[in-house]
Amino acid sequence: MTVSSGSPQLQPLLDKLHSAGTAETVRFAVEDIAAAQLVEAVPILIEVLGYNNPGAAVAAVDGLITIGEPAVMPLMELLDGFNYGARAWALRALAGIGDPRGIDLLVKAAVEDFALSVRRAAARGVGKLHWQEFSGEGDRVAAQSKALETLIQVCDDPEWVVRYAAVTGLEALGHALESQLADERPHLIARLETVVLGDEAPALQARAKLALQRMA
Amino acid sequence: MTALPVMSTNPPEISTDSLSLEDAIANLKQTEDPDLRYYAAWWLGRFRVNQPDVVDALVVALEDESSRSPDGGYPLRRNAARALGKLGEPRVVPALLASLQCEDYYVRGAAVESLGDLGDKVAIPRLLDFLDGGVEAATMMPGKPHLREPYDLILEALGSLGATEAVDQIKPFAEHSVEKVQYAAARAMYQLTGESSYGDVLVRALAAPDLQLRRAALMDIGAVGYMPGAEAIAETLAENSLKLIALKGLLETHLQQSPGDVLSDEAIHAMDLMDDLL
Repeated sequence: MTVSSGSPQLQPLLDKLHSAGTAETVRFAVEDIAAAQLVEAVPILIEVLGYNNPGAAVAAVDGLITIGEPAVMPLMELLDGFNYGARAWALRALAGIGDPRGIDLLVKAAVEDFALSVRRAAARGVGKLHWQEFSGEGDRVAAQSKALETLIQVCDDPEWVVRYAAVTGLEALGHALESQLADERPHLIARLETVVLGDEAPALQARAKLALQRMA
Repeated sequence: MTALPVMSTNPPEISTDSLSLEDAIANLKQTEDPDLRYYAAWWLGRFRVNQPDVVDALVVALEDESSRSPDGGYPLRRNAARALGKLGEPRVVPALLASLQCEDYYVRGAAVESLGDLGDKVAIPRLLDFLDGGVEAATMMPGKPHLREPYDLILEALGSLGATEAVDQIKPFAEHSVEKVQYAAARAMYQLTGESSYGDVLVRALAAPDLQLRRAALMDIGAVGYMPGAEAIAETLAENSLKLIALKGLLETHLQQSPGDVLSDEAIHAMDLMDDLL
């Protein structure tokens, strides 16, 4: 990746995007921008999240995740101003990047966002944070502890898909749990067992069963 | 095609506190205010309030004469018929069968759908009557934006009810000129015969240029449990929310068809696809 203010590489790709007339050609143009992996493309990729074009949004999220760290602050700054559809995509990008700075935003969104697509993306992201990127062991343990508490709570969300995301988050967290949190592991397992036995949706029961199998 | 689920990506979730249960029941039983009654019928179905007085009041509403739309339709009857399909109460089947005579196309459609959901095979002969005359008779209703009968819903209901005796009558509708009728026939034929060629028709519909058709095909593949379609669902250009609902349907139909303690490879694959859409 190169940071370039003149962005000679980006400009032709932007021209292609701006002349695109159909949802499909917009998507193709966004795919090209994403594939170029240019840091200066972060603002336009974030803008695409608000186009109400799911195909283009998927491509933009992939592009932002590949760019990674340089996309984190712009995403966090812009999250407030988005409509709920675009917020879900932005949260998904943040979740995919897994940057430690996203944790507070992801935890808050997973628990209390009014839009279920946002809670879903956030719950997934909470479990998949890049734990090794937290600055020290203390921070890492504190962050995991917070993530665990959040995901256990989100397993009670009224929407099945949010609970499903929480279960996948618990599985991911279970694989990465720090040794200092070994005492917490039985709580995590017990919560998954409750889902297997008690969730109203058979898909949730199956997913929690799979999580337990993979953690055994 | 399957009615779309309440869209999770659009308005924020409907809150159950917007109306109390007592209010909803009282609103359904009164006749002064047709709007309140109409909303109450929808609400009680949406939240699946299956209790005897609600069921009785909905059956009464199925014969309502007071609430008429400008085009002569019966909006309250439509909502009552839909709600009765959601409550899972078998004793309402005769009332729904009677409402198949209603002159309002949408009342008939709602009743057909609910009869399919309730799963009582007693409805099959009456549903088959609608297919008399075959594809040739299944033409547009003059002056209306719809066919003479809700053929797509009728075919789906026959599939859900396991009407294997109807295969010969259903099959020609896979060639009907209206796409959603074709897909409904394919869906029913897959359910009744298990032939993968019909599942593949639904998978091809996932590539239709029309987003509404793609959305409907997603729900259809999920509802019939056509596992080879899992990958195609995940790759369809549509909202992740909808693809997740379709894969959940697919997974749950599969779990129901192959119960047991061990998760199959197909089930695990479907869940992996779901994980990537979260």
